[in-house]
Amino acid sequence: MVQLSLPKNSEIKKGKYFKDKTGSKNLRKVNIYRWDPSTDEGPRIDTYEVDMDNCPSKVLDILNKIKNEIDSTITYRRSCAHGVCGSCAMNMGGKNGLACTTPHAEIDGDIDIYPLPHLKVKKDLIGDLDGLYKQYQSIEPWLKNNSTKETTEIYQSKEDRAKLDGAYECIMCACCSTSCPSYWWNGDKYLGPAVLLQAYRWIIDSRDEERKARLKKVADELKLYRCHTILNCTNACPKGLNPAKAIAEIKKMLATANV
Amino acid sequence: MKAYNIIDHEYDVVVLGAGGSGLRAAVGLSEAGLKTACISKVFPTRSHTSAAQGGISAALGNMGEDDWRWHMYDTVKGADWLGDQDSIEYLCKEAPKAVLELEKYGVPFSRTEEGKIYQRPFGGMTKNYGNGIVQRTCAAADRTGHAILHTLYGQALKHNTEFFIEYFALDLLMKDGECKGLIAWNLNDGTIHRFRAHTVIIATGGYGKVYYSATSAHTCTGDGNAMVLRAGLPLQDMEFVQFHPTGIYGHGTLISEGVRGEGGYLVNSKGERFMERYAPNAKDLASRDVVSRSMSIEINEGRGVGKDQDHVHLHLSHLDKSVIENRLPGITEAARLFANVDVTKDPIPVVPTVHYNMGGIPTNYKAEVLTMNGSEKTVPGLMAIGEAACVSVHGANRLGSNSLIDLVVFGRAAAKRAAELVKPGTPHEEISETETQKCLDRFDKLRNAQGDNSTAELRLSMQKTMQSKCAVFRTEKNLKQGVDEIGKTYDGMDSISVKDKSLVFNTDLVETLEFDNLIRQAVATVDSAYHRKESRGAHAREDYPKRDDEKFMQHTLAWCDGKNTKISYRPVHQSTLTNEVQYFPPQERVY
Repeated sequence: MVQLSLPKNSEIKKGKYFKDKTGSKNLRKVNIYRWDPSTDEGPRIDTYEVDMDNCPSKVLDILNKIKNEIDSTITYRRSCAHGVCGSCAMNMGGKNGLACTTPHAEIDGDIDIYPLPHLKVKKDLIGDLDGLYKQYQSIEPWLKNNSTKETTEIYQSKEDRAKLDGAYECIMCACCSTSCPSYWWNGDKYLGPAVLLQAYRWIIDSRDEERKARLKKVADELKLYRCHTILNCTNACPKGLNPAKAIAEIKKMLATANV
Repeated sequence: MKAYNIIDHEYDVVVLGAGGSGLRAAVGLSEAGLKTACISKVFPTRSHTSAAQGGISAALGNMGEDDWRWHMYDTVKGADWLGDQDSIEYLCKEAPKAVLELEKYGVPFSRTEEGKIYQRPFGGMTKNYGNGIVQRTCAAADRTGHAILHTLYGQALKHNTEFFIEYFALDLLMKDGECKGLIAWNLNDGTIHRFRAHTVIIATGGYGKVYYSATSAHTCTGDGNAMVLRAGLPLQDMEFVQFHPTGIYGHGTLISEGVRGEGGYLVNSKGERFMERYAPNAKDLASRDVVSRSMSIEINEGRGVGKDQDHVHLHLSHLDKSVIENRLPGITEAARLFANVDVTKDPIPVVPTVHYNMGGIPTNYKAEVLTMNGSEKTVPGLMAIGEAACVSVHGANRLGSNSLIDLVVFGRAAAKRAAELVKPGTPHEEISETETQKCLDRFDKLRNAQGDNSTAELRLSMQKTMQSKCAVFRTEKNLKQGVDEIGKTYDGMDSISVKDKSLVFNTDLVETLEFDNLIRQAVATVDSAYHRKESRGAHAREDYPKRDDEKFMQHTLAWCDGKNTKISYRPVHQSTLTNEVQYFPPQERVY
């Protein structure tokens, strides 16, 4: 019989345990995924006891506290710290989100922190988003309009502008795409919810003159129709957007329009 | 020292930074046919331009009569006459073109009934030279920076700009006072890269993180400014640090001035709209330095709110629900997440919070970097734009929504100027290995540092010192203590420690290199502030409460060799660029 086993570097081992040194009575255990590509060792989970009496409310505050006070080697992306740059997307307590807007009080028991699921890991909590960025580029995210008038804007009614609400706010954190089982399986071909939401943002912009070509471009068995309305994407979006609906709208347009 | 393998690149132009100004420059350079590299330590859309909320100023006149000369007057006055009026003229005259261009790129601006770009009132923006409020600030709800940044990244993709993403720049390569390129560290695989270029454009943003409480991102560490200091060039007007009136108390998250633009107002513990006392005409829409000082006085005199009476309230629950929903959705979310406040019911607790650096790398209006050597000289091969630069259009205090316009106007100007100066494909000169070696020595020394001081401790000490000694109000005594304490923290670098010795995504080392950058700018800031014995714009000296035009109508220039500074001055440009507008002579500044 065939023996199936995970490749060696997929086995996650128990790592170091950092005991509290502050004497705090209010401790939480934080388990963090660690992997350093410059060693031969496989991934491990390090555990940190963190003094919650002196820690602000978000998961990013815990990570910063660990990096500043306990272990400066833990590695994660972070920048704006208020949910607009999309750097600190990760998996916390089993859910994708932004570390800077996720309250740790919402996680029961030990706090487990992993990279976004199903990405190659570059180091510790840093996932490889290069593939997603290439897909973003493939939908040609720029306005296509031949207006050459330099002295006026392209007019857009309030109603037409309102159609962009819920689409242009996407911060490309990838929480949605990396929560999508379809994207896990076919991430190289299926564009995934983040990129399709962006495709939709340009398809419905009244100023754009290439709507048909844009629709045609995504109308593909793999690029678009791998969406099976699982709706994990909408659940995962930390900005409260609805990529699943945008994908459904694209499908509807393709079904009804003469493309 | 272990030898580092160096990968060489040759480009016509290298842009360092991929925020609003860097991307706009990169787009222009690609259009001009110059071989361009754009290097950034974060993916472009993670840049801090994304956090700009309220809008971008331009005298489009979509919501009533407007004139770029009025915009210029407001900017000159907002700057407390420290801005160079030739540059300000250029900014305000070019602004409408730059915004219309952004619109054509696809920025999803909010709209008027007629379908034009929506414009809102903003602090210090007036009509007819200070007579009444004008609506000049073009907005995409309260996510204008996000909308612009993502659109510009799209344009850069359209033009096939070559990006080097998650590369951390280490130092400039200089030869006989000219810039020849730079060295950067690729975080993705740990390799060292040397970029030769005929022009380097620095677009690395501000250095808000020298302070403890700032609206700035963790990545706002002014890396380009520090590279300029290490290259033996000066930084300008570093004492002018803008405190935004409305950062969320305890967290520092920005609450846009757009809230007050749409009718929100500040209230003290007695329930008074205290801005009426300090700025009878503009009230809550006076310029930021004025509002921040007024709030600090209210708090210092015991009229703050909260348990410790150390902040004030920003009210907006009286606003129409549709205004909050359509024009302020982002701050509604921020208030809920970071202050636990439902803005339709309760006020937001706010406090003046470090927000913007007026100071930076001195440039002319063509974005060419300046130095002083007897007289004003440009530094061949080096340009600076955006918050990293000090053009100086913002002088002693920047008006809200003038930063986004600064990014695109001068990003565009830099590309234009580089296209005039550089012929595509010109061969590169040899540069001696000494420059590279000097840069890698510093890198290697920090990487292998095994002292007793953690980077985080030193950074915290610097931030606390700056917060208490170089704040909204300053005194000789405080600043002297600041200079000494920052000097001590600088010395702490001698025994700094870096635990992670690897080269791939070593963020322990990144933070240490960033701290090395920050501390140099802290030195320049506190020392420049110590030497400016007057009050002007954001620099308020309790011991010198008046503006002193006789002595200080001058830009501060600070050279730093380690913690030792040399301070000198350069006269403010007291003429306009063309005859289309006359020089605005200094006046008393009241709102």
